Amino acid sequence: MLPAPPLKPVVRLHQVTKRFAGGTEALAGLDLAVAPGELLALLGPSGCGKSTALRLMAGLAEPTTGSVERRLPDPHSVGFVFQEPTLMPWATVEDNVALPLKLLGLPRAEIRRRVAERLERLGLDGFARAYPRQLSGGMKMRVSIARALAAQPRLLLLDEPFAALDEITRWRLNDELLDLWRAEGLAVVFVTHSVYESAYLATRIAVLSARPGRIVGEIAVDAPSPRGADYRGSEAYLRTCRAVSTKLAEALGES
Amino acid sequence: MKRTLANVLPPAVIAVLVLAAWEAVVRLRHTPEYLLPSPLRIAAALRDDWPMLYPSLLQTLAITGEALLAAALLGAGLAVLLIQAKWIERSLFPFAVILQVTPLVAIAPLLLIWIKDVRFALVLCAFLVAFFPVAANTTLGLQSADHHLLDLMRLYGSSRWKVLRFVRLPSALPYFLGGLRISGGLSLIGAVVAEFVAGTGGAASGLAYRILEAGYTLQIPRMFAALALLAGSGVLLYALLSGLSHLLLRRWHESAVRRENRQT
Repeated sequence: MLPAPPLKPVVRLHQVTKRFAGGTEALAGLDLAVAPGELLALLGPSGCGKSTALRLMAGLAEPTTGSVERRLPDPHSVGFVFQEPTLMPWATVEDNVALPLKLLGLPRAEIRRRVAERLERLGLDGFARAYPRQLSGGMKMRVSIARALAAQPRLLLLDEPFAALDEITRWRLNDELLDLWRAEGLAVVFVTHSVYESAYLATRIAVLSARPGRIVGEIAVDAPSPRGADYRGSEAYLRTCRAVSTKLAEALGES
Repeated sequence: MKRTLANVLPPAVIAVLVLAAWEAVVRLRHTPEYLLPSPLRIAAALRDDWPMLYPSLLQTLAITGEALLAAALLGAGLAVLLIQAKWIERSLFPFAVILQVTPLVAIAPLLLIWIKDVRFALVLCAFLVAFFPVAANTTLGLQSADHHLLDLMRLYGSSRWKVLRFVRLPSALPYFLGGLRISGGLSLIGAVVAEFVAGTGGAASGLAYRILEAGYTLQIPRMFAALALLAGSGVLLYALLSGLSHLLLRRWHESAVRRENRQT
């Protein structure tokens, strides 16, 4: 186990178990803390309760036993990106991104300004008036991320956000996510079942065992902060991938 | 324009062919007018009796329109009420179903006896048959909102009202409009059935009353003319509601979006 993160965690799951009404045990004794400003990957086989852990962090579900401690000032301090883009089909791109700000009741001019800024940062400025159905999968996901970031959260949770995208789009969005994370200085937790994605993006990788999920290993990734195409070919990256794969194999072997 | 033509032309051709065949059969077999008047004879009756039929048409359309408006408002309102809690839905929905399955002809006489204002009774009858499709469809629509979007609203701690306004109502709009299209036809049928039941006793004299009256006096061409007006009103109403639906959904809903060369 690694030493606890030095800063007070944004979210801490303490000995959390989650059992669903049907009797399925999704998580068993999960301990996990998310430090401010880190990029944490939750990696595990499908159905290991990764998404459940994320929903617990978001406050969308309650643990059966154990506790979830959230050090966030208000509900808008969390941004959530689902597996699907989950956009409102009846609203334009800008209206979709504006949703959290409208819910906050900000003045119109302020909403317009912030939305324009968001769209620009994600390369969506030409699509403000487009409807989701007119966009490709990658663009929809960008809108979804723009919406999650609209209210300037301190914690961004992503649930396998790029799983349905093609590899080229996926790599580009990986880089964009890294850029955003660096620029905004927020804590990011993302769920993935890709070893390569987690090794490329994360500053820390938590490997979960198959259901019921618990943490079987943590890997801190020491890598240069602006990671790019070079990093994908570097020795350090491959070493991380190998270490993560070994842990994952252990996780699967155990269950 | 091309599309409109493609939509209108085939049924128009079929209508002309059928009417021509009808005209020919009646002429060749010398069918008496009181059994089956020819289309041209009906057209003549429509022209001659227009001063009498037109006010009746307006009357029936007014009753239909008022009933449909009430069905839209109260149907959607009931749907919003029903989704507030499972127990509300469980307690109220069965009564909506009972109201729906009870034949109008069976309750119309009672309503006409109980309610002094005949015109109001007619609107109420038409409303009773029209409101269920709107209520049932809108309820389904409100419940079909994307559950991830609902999660998102929950994440942001949104009030019930905000969830309704930002997610549930827009999700339900296509369903509501689908229900409204069915209700349009039903409210016309409801108005006609109620007028029939009210019969000559009804002070209001809509198209159904004209049909009854023409039947009693064996003025069959006039009867057909009134029928043609009813059918025409039904088609027009359906077209209007379809147009409204298209107008509201054309930007985003699959049912209304035209797929040109898609961008990927």
